[in-house]
Amino acid sequence: MSEEAVRLAGIEKSFGSAKILNDISLTFMTGEVHALIGENGAGKSSLGKIVGGYYSFDAGTLTVFGKPVGQWTPRAALTSGIAMIHQELQLVPELTVAQNVFLGMEANRAGVLSGGEHERFRALDQRCGFGLDPGRIVADLRIAERQKVEILRAIARDARVIIMDEPTSSLTADEAERLHHVIRWLRDDGRTVIYVTHFLDHVLATADRVTIMRDGRIVRTGGIAGETKESLIEAMLGEPADVAFPPLPPPPPIETKPLLEVIGLSSDTGLSDISIDVRPGEIVGLIGLVGSGRSELARAIFGADPSRGTVRIAGADYANRTPRNSVAHGLAFVPEDRRKQGLDLVQAVRPNMSLPHLGLVSRLGVLRPGEERRRTAEMIRHFNIVPGQIDGEVAYYSGGNQQKVLLSKWVYGAPKVVILDEPSRGVDIGARRRIHDFVVELARGGAAVILISSELEEVISLSHRGYLMREGRIIECVDCRTLGVEDALFRLFNVQRGAEAGPRTEVRS
Amino acid sequence: MTETSMPARQTARIPAGRRAIAFLQKYGILIIIAILMAGLSFLSDSFLTPRNLLNILNQSAPLAIIASALTLVIIGGGFDLSAGAIFGVASVSAAWIAVNIDPNLGLVVGPLVGLVLGVVNGLIITGFNVHSFLATLASSMVFRGIAILITGGALIPVRMPEFAWLGRGKIGMVNVAVIVFLVFAFAMMFLLNRTTFGRRVFAVGGNEEAAILSGVRTNLVKIATFGLTGFAAGLAGVIAVSRISMGQPQAGVGMELDAIAAVILGGTSIYGGKGAVWRSIAGVLLLALIGNGFNILNVNPFFKDLTTGLIIVVAVALSAGRKRR
Repeated sequence: MSEEAVRLAGIEKSFGSAKILNDISLTFMTGEVHALIGENGAGKSSLGKIVGGYYSFDAGTLTVFGKPVGQWTPRAALTSGIAMIHQELQLVPELTVAQNVFLGMEANRAGVLSGGEHERFRALDQRCGFGLDPGRIVADLRIAERQKVEILRAIARDARVIIMDEPTSSLTADEAERLHHVIRWLRDDGRTVIYVTHFLDHVLATADRVTIMRDGRIVRTGGIAGETKESLIEAMLGEPADVAFPPLPPPPPIETKPLLEVIGLSSDTGLSDISIDVRPGEIVGLIGLVGSGRSELARAIFGADPSRGTVRIAGADYANRTPRNSVAHGLAFVPEDRRKQGLDLVQAVRPNMSLPHLGLVSRLGVLRPGEERRRTAEMIRHFNIVPGQIDGEVAYYSGGNQQKVLLSKWVYGAPKVVILDEPSRGVDIGARRRIHDFVVELARGGAAVILISSELEEVISLSHRGYLMREGRIIECVDCRTLGVEDALFRLFNVQRGAEAGPRTEVRS
Repeated sequence: MTETSMPARQTARIPAGRRAIAFLQKYGILIIIAILMAGLSFLSDSFLTPRNLLNILNQSAPLAIIASALTLVIIGGGFDLSAGAIFGVASVSAAWIAVNIDPNLGLVVGPLVGLVLGVVNGLIITGFNVHSFLATLASSMVFRGIAILITGGALIPVRMPEFAWLGRGKIGMVNVAVIVFLVFAFAMMFLLNRTTFGRRVFAVGGNEEAAILSGVRTNLVKIATFGLTGFAAGLAGVIAVSRISMGQPQAGVGMELDAIAAVILGGTSIYGGKGAVWRSIAGVLLLALIGNGFNILNVNPFFKDLTTGLIIVVAVALSAGRKRR
């Protein structure tokens, strides 16, 4: 019989004047996978962080295994058997897998390490069946493997409740499926998994119970049986919604001259002999698995990495490629990692948006704050960014709203060529829909758009044409209007299976 | 389970209380200065006189000039340990030129020498991709060596009234040095808050990768901030040498640390991306007030460093609390 693991009663939480959790009462049982879903900003991540001890709460009670908690910190939570696995993994990259797993609980005699870490690790790893090499340096691992290290770390500390915040957002479909096996194993082992996610398919496939949140409140909690993708979305949005993609504008006529031409591009980041073209008003998808060179191609065109080969914009050679020159040539590049590469989280919304186009809001190097405010307010309205403060602290915004700020930063200057790398990663349904509309708006406005997404359905549904990529090369140019998701997957994998017969060539060790 | 168990933590629900704490943390440095000034004027009649206050400003002018420019380096994510050495080189260059060529030319060349050395710092940092801490630690030794080479290890006395006006002159009641400091500080504030350059400085310190991808030439921005600090150190150097009429290669030893202490004390983040010039000036004034207080009250100067250190610890702890949620 399962029993209560964590119980919340009347939990409230505010940041400044913004109330983000309102009267939350909820019970997590042992031996269940409990999904927390909701739009970004609904409060699901914050709720997870309260249970994990990372946020304090303003009112209410938190009861862990029957005991009300007092001073609640990540350390106290861990001692009580609650571990949190973050969106941004918290490992020490320079240490080995085993050193990370036993960090802070190394076997020692009066502070002197007594070794035996690898044996301890093997015993642990065997129980979970991950098959990780204890001696490898964490920096060399892929994200999916790092997550396993985090999970092992939690189990090594005998965590009975494991909170996972968006664990699959940077995983491929295959890796996500493997993580789900692990989650089910954790449950069958009698542990509680609190699974915070945006991916409804994952919820339906893995969770036993689901709690749906909206605007800092619980909409409902219940068993997963009987829920469908549509019923979950309806509850999250509070209104019936469709999951469809917006219709594309008609593709430009075939005789239209390309706005962006790439000819024979190669780079040290692993690109070889890439040739693509994009016409104005056209959305072109780069379709490939993670590591196929999609992002590298985007960075090479924009000048973020050095490359050899020809790039032409509106027929004119663009040789000296640097981010600065790209901005001047009307290129925009929305990078995949909005927190590391996109936004300056120390600064407010206004300076973030104007940074690439300071020339537009200044005269002779002196800022025109009125003009800057006007443009910022316009973008906030255009994207419906919440909260809508011109000088809002973007660090505290939800993922979807941060992404909208990042997109605003680039449309500020009315770009001609827009490269979007994972524009909807880690954002909620509402923001995702707005971002999809935005991609279509760009094309309708005559921009040449390059779209990159790990989600095949998204990139295929939103593109006129696509280039299939593998190991830094273009395999094929396809018409996305007739390409099915399975079809694309088959082509991408089919080729890869063939290549796996020989040793895989790693471009960078 | 009883439904009526005590709340685990009941923090103040009144946002007004929280706002007051945030206000205290944000403007804490000004409040400490106000308290110190109130206390000193209560304890001594000679403190709150225009003469004494102007005197404090005049004495702090060189340090405040360096701290104003150093704020830009630190906001840009850098660190400059060579300001004291540049101060020394500028002092002796100005003195040498004053004696051998022309006194006014010496006063002009000093800051320019500083500018060149600051740009050299910037080029080393960006060209070789060395952390600014290491680069300026090394360059400060080289610069100090240059200062000694210029004088041959001796002192250069400059007894000329045309050379002393900058350090000792007055316009009405106000010292020329104070006016130079005010003009320079306002220029730095304007540069940081009102220009595209200032925006780029914040961006480089806040997230360098995002800044690069936004088309900011981050290396140029860094070189410029180090150049400005070099110029400021040179300007401070000529004010000091003009004041004491003596070029010394050891002038300004340890000054870089005072300047860094003032910037941090003011609340500018050592992690970059956040800060203000007025904060650094407030930091300089706070340090100066402590010194002045010890003089006025005739307290054993042994306690001065101790008090200063403790105040820095408290101020930094306060601003660290601001970041916690």
